[in-house]
Amino acid sequence: MNKHATADLKATRILGGVATDQRHDSAHKHVTGTAIYIDDMPEPAGLLHACLGLSTVAHGTIRSIDLSAVRAAPGVIDVLTGHDMPGSNDISPTGRADEPVLATDTVHFFGQPLFAVIAESREQARRACRLAKIDYDEKPFVTDIWDIDRRAGKLVTDPLTLKRGDAAAAIETAPRRIKGTMRLGGQDHFYLEGQIALAVPGEDTDVTVFSSTQHPSEVQHMVAHVLGVPSHAVTVEIRRMGGGFGGKETQGNQFAAIAAAAAKRLGRAVKIRPDRDDDMAATGKRHDFVIDYEVGFDDEGTILGVDYFYAARCGFSSDLSGPVTDRALFHCDNTYYYPAVRAQSAPLYTNTVSNTAFRGFGGPQGMIGCERVVDEIAFALGKDPLEIRRKNFYGTSDRNVTPYHQTVEDNIIHRLVDELEKSADYQARRRAIADFNAGSPVIKRGLALTPLKFGISFTATHFNQAGALVHVYADGSVHLNHGGTEMGQGLYVKIAQIVAEEFQIDIDHVKITATTTGKVPNTSATAASSGSDLNGMAAQAAARTIRDRLCDFAAEKYGVPREQIEFLPNRVRVGNQEIAFGELTQQAYMARVQLSATGFYKTPKVRWDRDKGEGHPFYYFAYGAACAEVSIDTLTGEYVVERADILHETGRSLNRAIDIGQIEGGFIQGMGWLTTEELVWDDKGRLRTHAPSTYKIPLASDRPKVFNVTLADWPEAHEPTVHRSKAVGEPPFMLAMSVFHALSDAVASVGEHTVCPRLDAPATPERVLMAVERVRAQTAA
Amino acid sequence: MTEIRSEIRFMLNGVETALSDVRADETLLDYLRLRRALRGTKEGCAEGDCGACTVLVGRLTPDGLIYESVNACIRFLGSVNGCHVVTVEHLKGQDGGLHPVQQAMVDFHGSQCGFCTPGFVMSLYALWMRRTDPTEADIEKALQGNLCRCTGYQPIVKAARAISSYGRVETDVLASERARVEATLNALKDGARVEIGQDGQRLVIPASVEDLAAVLEAEPEATIVAGSTDVGLWVTKFMREITPVVFIAHLDELHTVTETDGAVSVGACVSYTEAFSALSRRIPAFGPLIDRIGGEQVRNMGTIGGNIANGSPIGDTPPPLIALGATVTLRKGESRRTIALEDFFIDYGKQDRRPGEFVERIDVPVPGEGTHYAVYKLTKRRDEDITAALGAFHLTLAADGTVAAVRIAYGGMAATPKRATAVEAALAGKPWSSETVEAALDAYGKDFAPISDMRASADYRMLAARNLLRRFHLETTSGLPVQVSRYEAA
Repeated sequence: MNKHATADLKATRILGGVATDQRHDSAHKHVTGTAIYIDDMPEPAGLLHACLGLSTVAHGTIRSIDLSAVRAAPGVIDVLTGHDMPGSNDISPTGRADEPVLATDTVHFFGQPLFAVIAESREQARRACRLAKIDYDEKPFVTDIWDIDRRAGKLVTDPLTLKRGDAAAAIETAPRRIKGTMRLGGQDHFYLEGQIALAVPGEDTDVTVFSSTQHPSEVQHMVAHVLGVPSHAVTVEIRRMGGGFGGKETQGNQFAAIAAAAAKRLGRAVKIRPDRDDDMAATGKRHDFVIDYEVGFDDEGTILGVDYFYAARCGFSSDLSGPVTDRALFHCDNTYYYPAVRAQSAPLYTNTVSNTAFRGFGGPQGMIGCERVVDEIAFALGKDPLEIRRKNFYGTSDRNVTPYHQTVEDNIIHRLVDELEKSADYQARRRAIADFNAGSPVIKRGLALTPLKFGISFTATHFNQAGALVHVYADGSVHLNHGGTEMGQGLYVKIAQIVAEEFQIDIDHVKITATTTGKVPNTSATAASSGSDLNGMAAQAAARTIRDRLCDFAAEKYGVPREQIEFLPNRVRVGNQEIAFGELTQQAYMARVQLSATGFYKTPKVRWDRDKGEGHPFYYFAYGAACAEVSIDTLTGEYVVERADILHETGRSLNRAIDIGQIEGGFIQGMGWLTTEELVWDDKGRLRTHAPSTYKIPLASDRPKVFNVTLADWPEAHEPTVHRSKAVGEPPFMLAMSVFHALSDAVASVGEHTVCPRLDAPATPERVLMAVERVRAQTAA
Repeated sequence: MTEIRSEIRFMLNGVETALSDVRADETLLDYLRLRRALRGTKEGCAEGDCGACTVLVGRLTPDGLIYESVNACIRFLGSVNGCHVVTVEHLKGQDGGLHPVQQAMVDFHGSQCGFCTPGFVMSLYALWMRRTDPTEADIEKALQGNLCRCTGYQPIVKAARAISSYGRVETDVLASERARVEATLNALKDGARVEIGQDGQRLVIPASVEDLAAVLEAEPEATIVAGSTDVGLWVTKFMREITPVVFIAHLDELHTVTETDGAVSVGACVSYTEAFSALSRRIPAFGPLIDRIGGEQVRNMGTIGGNIANGSPIGDTPPPLIALGATVTLRKGESRRTIALEDFFIDYGKQDRRPGEFVERIDVPVPGEGTHYAVYKLTKRRDEDITAALGAFHLTLAADGTVAAVRIAYGGMAATPKRATAVEAALAGKPWSSETVEAALDAYGKDFAPISDMRASADYRMLAARNLLRRFHLETTSGLPVQVSRYEAA
């Protein structure tokens, strides 16, 4: 069917332009099971399957490795070790050469991949893996940074210090001081589609890798590096992921590299899809933190000086731990102004899988440290934490410089919190809860309202660039490609909306195509909430180039001034006549006008001098606030979330439906991190929570019983972002702090709110009960 | 003489299918994805916890053809003999477009990454066929076995509420072909035993309970598979050899629930879903407990008999059954023996089941008028989580307010489901007062020395176990709310 023939040429508005609630482009395929993920692709003839052999000690050197039984097992074609990587046995994304594809000598964690079995079937590969005989010389190991001297521990990458003013002096001279420590657990991504790669060997050194990755360019570079070939030999493609959340920013590299190395070695296509347990054991997670804090404040609760030490469990290699721990420090202020501050990071080596990106990228950990400090002040002064929060908010014209010396220019937190306080009826509920608790010795309620400010941009300035490729075919249909990847967040549809808007054509005339390194090179990861900001601008630029050419062409052909050419819905007005878009493109083709263009964008203003700890690392900030109410059982620690109210802003939203989906989903995911998602290692250094039977992400029945999500409709982006929209991927995750603090508030009620419960995360029923016991013991004394 | 055939027969979507090449440990999911290229059904975890592999299985019951959601990842292919397997590919609307469940999911933005979505669609479809106007609680219960990491579930629940505005269940695809499917499945019931040998493995599907008894006498070490919610993982996670396998979940005689004045008798293959109605009516504390066992798919598959026979220290039904004084009847050939359920559990992984024996039924005494009975399950996540500790309390008070009889049993506190006999002794004969309860707490140290693991620490288990007795006391003596509740009483 010639699609443009069906376009409505009288429409006053296109279908699916910006600021519409356009549904996810693949929704109809999701619900029918016809959306193709990598494991669903038709398999190339002769496909082989790989499975990883994992270490069974947490730290040691390999004395001997006997794979003869593995090789002899039914269906086994080959076994690869780290020595079989033709280029380099290294997939360190930072260039530190601290992360092998397959460990050859030293084993750094329980579950580290040591070899890869290639067999005719996946089951054969899995069975054969278990037959390896490996003899280790075991060494002492550390899995938990709680057990070590965090100020003297081995680091995987350079730490950072942020400083403004003299924090030590400010604390020293403050009327009041508090010092404390908080433990904060990690989090598994639990993308529903696990890691997967399918490598198809081509001619010469070529290989095509289908990889479930947020960062196709990096997979391309890693595969080239491992194979010892130029980047041009490697093409990486991904149409969609079954969830990413940061877990596929670098963690896909290993699987892609192994599949590619095996495919080139054997001349056959190779697929690797680890079992869920192996995926969880062998891939990185959100960083756990231990946060030491000391704060000086006055009797009114105004912070005068604060000192933070953020120690992170990074695992055995650097991976992204440098930027993750940096971002934790960048968010040690959240929405609060510190007259004097020092914040230090300690990215610590541990004998665990190397931790990695996860929605928020250290930001949530940074923020929750400072929210604890605010709580401590409130308890010390016997005030409502909301009052202390508000008192310390950044100002709009003064008190607005961050610990990294960037001025906050777009602060809207006061109005957001004021509006939410009213719409959530905070004050009345605060009183009602006090009444309820007075008459209920076992069940206690808690309430909290927490604000949020999150910095948008990659702090590595060079990542803030994007490219796009747009073709307009002669019939007026459009092929759209860009460097961003689709992991469910609705990036593809948002970019298609932007392109449809530029051409003024209905969105179903825009074909969304798989991300591939062959079309747009040198892309950045789809991460840091930047997907639509960066790729939207790049795609818009490409579309504008073609639009300009069409304008020039029409002006010349019809002899009208350019000002008299207007792109109307599905048609173009040229002087006094209207021409269907598809007709104009046909004419342009006949006149030999180039209807293909690339687009490029780089974020302005951003700069960051890490050595000095100064700069303007964020183009802008995203804001939100959430209010949560919980009930806890003080006999068992069980709880339910009674209600949550969210007020969040995404500038002039490109797609409110998609944005609300990000907010709801981010909130629940954040809630999981802070409540039931607990990573447990045993005394052998083995992760015991490696599947959904033991690792508990939220269910539908964990949602707040009442869940009100509102997009603030008045803000627009302070900076000229694409259609003045703002990023939404990560910020809502941190709205879940409200649930954590409501739990803490409920616990505090057993001590009449005189003692800070110092609840650690995740606040499992066990931690809640133990905190109740602690508060009872402290207040009984 | 039982007739023996060497193929399984079932319906897959619209097509009657016969297979003679079936491995005993072949999962339904692998069959669908690898052999039939039906790739709408996804593998998310391969252990029955995420629901991405949810399909419907239709089976003939005395009440007619019913469809239930199951996890294809841990369901064995052999066990669908005589059933109708329905995958997402079978769903369509009346005009050939989207099915009402699918259209609702699209319109309410119920998918983001989409990987879990076919599983959600199938779970919601099963719910909708059962209940076209579900409550919030119905929806959440139906979705306990489906994990979504993207949406936060809100749009999915909204979609679930709206399905009926998109179509009528009476004109739905499965309704319209119901007569044909029933006729086909009836025709498949030929009374034959199925035996298939494949790749050095063997599976047997006995024709009847009598036939089962004979099969097990001949092969006493066979792996008995009912719901496969545990044995499924032996295969998918531990790659254990389970051959020869005897499937029993299809045996009608083991699905009976018989009610008498003082007891409920439950056949070994009664699923949690099937047991729910009778048990929750006669013993109300069972209702909320069953709602918290697994997800809907697991409750549709898992059986009370299996929960007992596998001997797990954290199985959820043994402690409440022990507290009630339930008995288990084991059968070998034609001989049967009935023992107290608590005596069935000897030690960790060791049960009093002799070679060739199988669990035939469980007899559950119904608590008498005026007695108090409660079951409390503690988990990290409220729903679809494995027990950290579970306490069951059965109390009879004398006229003077003293404890006339008490039975208390716990799961998660020892290597087996275990009675708290020292605690019981500390309570017996005393006034049912907080002083008595407080004084009895010390006895927990005699009864239990729990371990620390990924579900809870030993300290938490001990403290919470004691507090459950406090809760039980408060619940029986005060009007105070003593439990947090997601669903307010209607």
